Amino acid sequence: MPDALTIGHYVPGDSVVHRLDSRVKLLLTMAYVIVLFFAVRPGAYAVLALLPLAGYLLARLPLRMVWQGLRPVVAVLLLTLILNALMTPGHPLYRIGRLAVTAEGLQVGVEMAVRLILLMVTSTLLTLTTSPIELTDGIESLLRPFRRLGVPAHELAMMMTIALRFIPTLLEEAQNILKAQQARGADFETGNLLRRARAMIPLLVPLFVGAFRRADELATAMEARCYHGGEGRTRYREYRIARSDWVAAAVTAAALLFVLVDRALGV
Amino acid sequence: MGHLIEVRGVRFFYPSAGAAEGRRTALDGVDLTVDEGEWVAVVGANGSGKSTLAKHLNALLLPAEGEVRVDGKSTRDPVHLWTIRRTVGMVFQNPDNQIVASLVEEDVAFGPENLGLPPEEIRRRIASSLAAVGMGDFARRAPYQLSGGQKQRVAIAGVLAMQPRCIVLDEATAMLDPAGRQEVLQAVERLRRERGIAVVMITHFMDEVAHADRLVVLSGGRVVADDSPRAVLARAEEVAQLGLEVPQVSELALELRREGLPLPADLIAPQELVEALCRLRSST
Ligand SMILES: Nc1ncnc2c1ncn2[C@@H]1O[C@H](COP(=O)(O)OP(=O)(O)OP(=O)(O)O)[C@@H](O)[C@H]1O
Ligand SMILES: [Mg+2]
Repeated sequence: MPDALTIGHYVPGDSVVHRLDSRVKLLLTMAYVIVLFFAVRPGAYAVLALLPLAGYLLARLPLRMVWQGLRPVVAVLLLTLILNALMTPGHPLYRIGRLAVTAEGLQVGVEMAVRLILLMVTSTLLTLTTSPIELTDGIESLLRPFRRLGVPAHELAMMMTIALRFIPTLLEEAQNILKAQQARGADFETGNLLRRARAMIPLLVPLFVGAFRRADELATAMEARCYHGGEGRTRYREYRIARSDWVAAAVTAAALLFVLVDRALGV
Repeated sequence: MGHLIEVRGVRFFYPSAGAAEGRRTALDGVDLTVDEGEWVAVVGANGSGKSTLAKHLNALLLPAEGEVRVDGKSTRDPVHLWTIRRTVGMVFQNPDNQIVASLVEEDVAFGPENLGLPPEEIRRRIASSLAAVGMGDFARRAPYQLSGGQKQRVAIAGVLAMQPRCIVLDEATAMLDPAGRQEVLQAVERLRRERGIAVVMITHFMDEVAHADRLVVLSGGRVVADDSPRAVLARAEEVAQLGLEVPQVSELALELRREGLPLPADLIAPQELVEALCRLRSST
């Protein structure tokens, strides 16, 4: 069961993309997402689509994973498309009662949908090829300079580490409680929403009580192992920026620059 | 020569709304010593104060009265806190609630990372600690994929990576099946033999105490016996009165003595009982 819930569906591997430094991957993804909203002409979108495509191919990930990454947002995509098509004022193409699909609306709708698709596909590539641990380390490392501004970099990373560690444990516990309650005749499946929500109470209460007990014991165990926050703490994993990181950064930067220049010239 | 751990006249109270004076006495004047490389088993009924005592041994709790010294340093002195905690490691009952990371090697690294050791040194310690508990092949596994016995061995490796001189196990085998208990016991025994690490083992299983150097019995927050397991278990009836199980062999021997067989009172291993019975038979 816990395999189904690995966060972000990390697919272990040894490709160039997998081996890129997580900080580099995080920064490039962030830059990509920002630049995405500056793209205007089809050429720019084509260049932006090539980047994640190359990533999937280099990571030797089956392309159906692209679709798997998109499935949860299909409804949002359709809604974006329809609302934009109907709500944007302009030349009506097709009338449905008092509403009209406009040419401008269709264009805006398609554009927004394409942006969302690229956003999902690219951020999924990040989580598919970067283990949660590396992601956590990467985020901590990137946030460290902001500690002066009061950003609790180490604490956030430690919280993520512990959350990752306990998600399988808590889900297993939830499942056990569920089974135990069902064995006693609890019914979680029928009735209206309110009734079903109420049926969840005997599930949630022991789960929360258990979680607090765990948290308490874990805190003691961490203290016993000399944990005293991020001060003076070292990490056994060392991250070094390799040549492939520079190459990936250069290629991405070139593509993103193209998009920005294209916009500057095009508008 | 000084003791590795020295507990002198320790009293400890938990706040408790219902109890007299608003507090409940958990330890009521405990004296105990642990020497380098020694194996001390601690038994006692539920609520007798075993866990409370264990937490005093590495400054997770501080005595209300009396004193605990580790390697001569008082646990009250904050200057020595981290030295004391790396000298006396602690393994708890529930393996799921003491493993911090979602990767075995990362969990083992947790202690040394807190000590601020250089990365190469930490990696060396991960490898040697996991090998010492027979978990070398599991470094890149997720803890939830391991059995209970394996998880506890990972927890022991995590303590070992801080190079302690004493490991305290607070009912570390209580949630394991017999095979898992065996794994953990063997790992601990090996550490003591090969690295000379002292072991304080709190347990409910009287079968686990026979090999200890000393057996300490707690009752109501006091030490009521502190002697070789053989000498303590010879007082089988007394032990049973304290609400403790006597090992099956001792109980059987006790029953046989009651039936009139002239057996010695200090039998603690099945083999000894067999031999005693054989001698009895050949002499009649
Ligand atoms: N956190 C706490 N708050 C209040 N009272 C506590 C707390 N922990 C333990 N006690 C009480 O202190 C006494 C000693 O508890 P302790 O946990 O040390 O016993 P134990 O011998 O480890 O028992 P067990 O075999 O159940 O683990 C008990 O009466 C217990 O109820
Ligand atoms: Mg206890």
